[in-house]
Amino acid sequence: MSEAWHHFIAGDLVALLSCTLAVVTCGVLGSYLVLKRESLMGDAISHAVLPGLVVAFMISQSRAPVPMFIGAGIAAGLTVLLTMLVRRWGGVEPGAAMGVVFSVMFALGVYLIESEALRDIDLDASCVLYGQVEYLVWWDAPKDPSAYLKLATYTDTDIPPALWALGAIFVIAVAFVAAFFKELRITTFDPQMARAAGIPAWLVQGALVLLVALAVVASFQAIGSILVIAMLICPAATARMLTDRLGTQIMLAGLVAGLCAIAGYFAGAKLPTALGAEHALNIAGMITVVAGLVFGLVCFASPSHGFIARAVRQRRLAERIAIEDLLGLLYRSAEAGETFVPIQPMHAAGMPVARATKLGLVRAEASKLGLTDSGRERAEGLIRRHRLWEGYLVERAGLRPDHVHATAELLEHVDQPAAIPTQSGDLDPHGKAIPPGPETDAESP
Amino acid sequence: MNADTTSLLGILQKTIVELPKLFTGQASNTTVVVVASGLFGVAAGLVGVFALLRKRSLTADAIGHATLPGVAGAFIVGTMLGVPVREGPWLLVGAALAGALGAWMIQLIAHRTRLREDAAIGIVLSVFFGVGVVLLGVVQNMESGTQGGLATFIFGHTASMLAADARAMGFIALFVLIVTFVLRKQLTLVCFNDTYARATGWPVQIVDLLLLGLIIVVSVAGLRAVGLLLVVAMITIPPAAARFWSDHLGRIVAISAVIGGVSGSIGTAMSALAPGRPAGAVIVLTAGSLFALSMLCAPRRGIIAGAVGRVRSRVRILTDHTIETLWEHSEEGTSPNIGPVRNLPHGIKGRLVFLLLRVRGYVRSIGDAYMLTPAGLAEGARLNRNHRLWSAYLTTHADIAPSHVDWSVDQVEHVLSDELVQKLERIVELEDAGA
Repeated sequence: MSEAWHHFIAGDLVALLSCTLAVVTCGVLGSYLVLKRESLMGDAISHAVLPGLVVAFMISQSRAPVPMFIGAGIAAGLTVLLTMLVRRWGGVEPGAAMGVVFSVMFALGVYLIESEALRDIDLDASCVLYGQVEYLVWWDAPKDPSAYLKLATYTDTDIPPALWALGAIFVIAVAFVAAFFKELRITTFDPQMARAAGIPAWLVQGALVLLVALAVVASFQAIGSILVIAMLICPAATARMLTDRLGTQIMLAGLVAGLCAIAGYFAGAKLPTALGAEHALNIAGMITVVAGLVFGLVCFASPSHGFIARAVRQRRLAERIAIEDLLGLLYRSAEAGETFVPIQPMHAAGMPVARATKLGLVRAEASKLGLTDSGRERAEGLIRRHRLWEGYLVERAGLRPDHVHATAELLEHVDQPAAIPTQSGDLDPHGKAIPPGPETDAESP
Repeated sequence: MNADTTSLLGILQKTIVELPKLFTGQASNTTVVVVASGLFGVAAGLVGVFALLRKRSLTADAIGHATLPGVAGAFIVGTMLGVPVREGPWLLVGAALAGALGAWMIQLIAHRTRLREDAAIGIVLSVFFGVGVVLLGVVQNMESGTQGGLATFIFGHTASMLAADARAMGFIALFVLIVTFVLRKQLTLVCFNDTYARATGWPVQIVDLLLLGLIIVVSVAGLRAVGLLLVVAMITIPPAAARFWSDHLGRIVAISAVIGGVSGSIGTAMSALAPGRPAGAVIVLTAGSLFALSMLCAPRRGIIAGAVGRVRSRVRILTDHTIETLWEHSEEGTSPNIGPVRNLPHGIKGRLVFLLLRVRGYVRSIGDAYMLTPAGLAEGARLNRNHRLWSAYLTTHADIAPSHVDWSVDQVEHVLSDELVQKLERIVELEDAGA
């Protein structure tokens, strides 16, 4: 094996894998939190469990996962209890109650971290915030490629235990989501319906929260709490901007999270030195930045829900409505006997004369404007919808004939056949003829 | 006067003694910092009430986190330009700009995409902080190993605070105090009824923006003392604690300001005793203790007052019930001796109830039996009449029953009009005639 590969495996592989596992787990679980509008759950949990982690660390004097999980569990339980106490007995509204309890718990954790007992130990407040990805090294990774095929290599060498913990959480989370996909979906979108269908919503959602908490705690020392919070929200939010399907969203979120982790890792650990800087940058921070950039990009460029796509759609719609209004005007004046209308006032009113001419819907003749054949055809459809709506509003909705024009003016632009009222006569409430629709002859008995 | 500066009381005493010197610039560093932190606490407590009412607490959290890239970025840019970044308002201006950018992005994401405010807050909070962490790393490399003292912005550090920084904090806090005072009417209106405010022509959006601006300024002011992670706690905890003490907005604002000020100054004084401890955590824990104290001890809304109230109401129900039962067994103004009857409380509870009634002079005991005194008979008659009038009211006028009536305590006359009471009395008389 080449020196570079060995260097990568020993120095980067475990860190990269840990980040990716943690981040993909968060991305998958976060999808549900974003949909339930509980995105800040990760934030809350990571604040609240801090004192538990610190006390566990003080007692066990190690970063072994089991005491950490126990400490975090106790702290989480205490937080839930205190929040309930403050809400029920204190009568404080839920948001404020959570804010008070979580910030006090966090302050307690920060205070304990900086206390004397921990001064000499390698746990400090900043490592809790942005993790110590850089310390996840496989220092005794074997140089011989064939050693990687033997199981003993993985059991006997010093692989950081965080990797195993994160791997386990990842497997559990993915298995849980895959196995209970249906239950999770119904309890997320419609808990009442779930209860009616006999699915214990509290159990399913409780398990989800428990998994989020496990992921938060497991990820703590590897990637830090800020990255956990970011990864519970950003990939899921990114996916939400891209799709409306839950399954697609979860897979997309996992994929986005994984790509962000890999890109962020290299951008933080390798890019600065490759560019000639002396030091690498904080990896957890960099992954967060990449996730933020990806989210920002998708906000603009998503084909379905992005700013750009929406702006384009809105402009197209505005243009179509403006052209249709122009056609309607020309049609009505033709009905009144004036087939050609002076262009100048229409220009002045900002009507899309040039665009309509280009589309072959209108033509100019000696500074006057009239409909072409295709223009008249579209105008007929438009006026037909307008007058059908007026008829509908008067006959069915009981409005007075002089109150219906404005509403019909809006509804006439909706051209899906299913959304057009059926015809009940040849005249609209104002006594004007309803132009025949293309399908009228075929349909009428 | 030489005050002992190794105890909390000593430091506070020294601070009070040195207060006049603040204006001549001769006060010691600790005094300036304690006073400035107190002012910050007052400002945070004030703004916090409106932030809480307007449900901006979480936004405030995100703004706090979002200031980190501002601080680090300002440090980097300033160092490149050769500005003395550590002095003057350079870093705080950067923080404020980043905070404002964060607040704007929350609005953008929450209103212009399909995502909701919770996701917007989470995204801004974490991504801005991530950017800040990366920039901190850059600073660290520039400064070869130190973070240029920027880490103190994360957790807050009052012990190393310079008098100039403290003065800046104090002045910003004063500014916020004045603005909040001037805008109190508009803020109150918008917080309680924004629809009405809009309908009557108040620029709700501008007031909202001003409130957001105040939150940003307060957060920035508190950065050095409390740190950007916990600055939100100073905006959330004092108003939540003040809520226990009053239902009146003016009083809540005042109490919140006091709680904030006390937490700020006492927390700072305590962390002066242990300079290694993170000051932000100490200040927030002080505020948390005051919150717990308020929740326990506040009159009426506090837990203890609530428990006492519950016990008292149960005792009253028991004694009333006992008197009524005895009264129902009595005839024509005389009460028979009543032995152990069904429906009467018995056992230890019963003994306590009768003891209480004897002390109040409603009941006399003869051997094992009890009888009502004349005062007890009068009380029984009153209770019975009240009871029956309320029953009549409920059966005839239930649709207009006022919602906050304690049927057994409130005399009908105190709640209902005379006319209605007379009507109810006629109903009761009719019932009696029928029976």
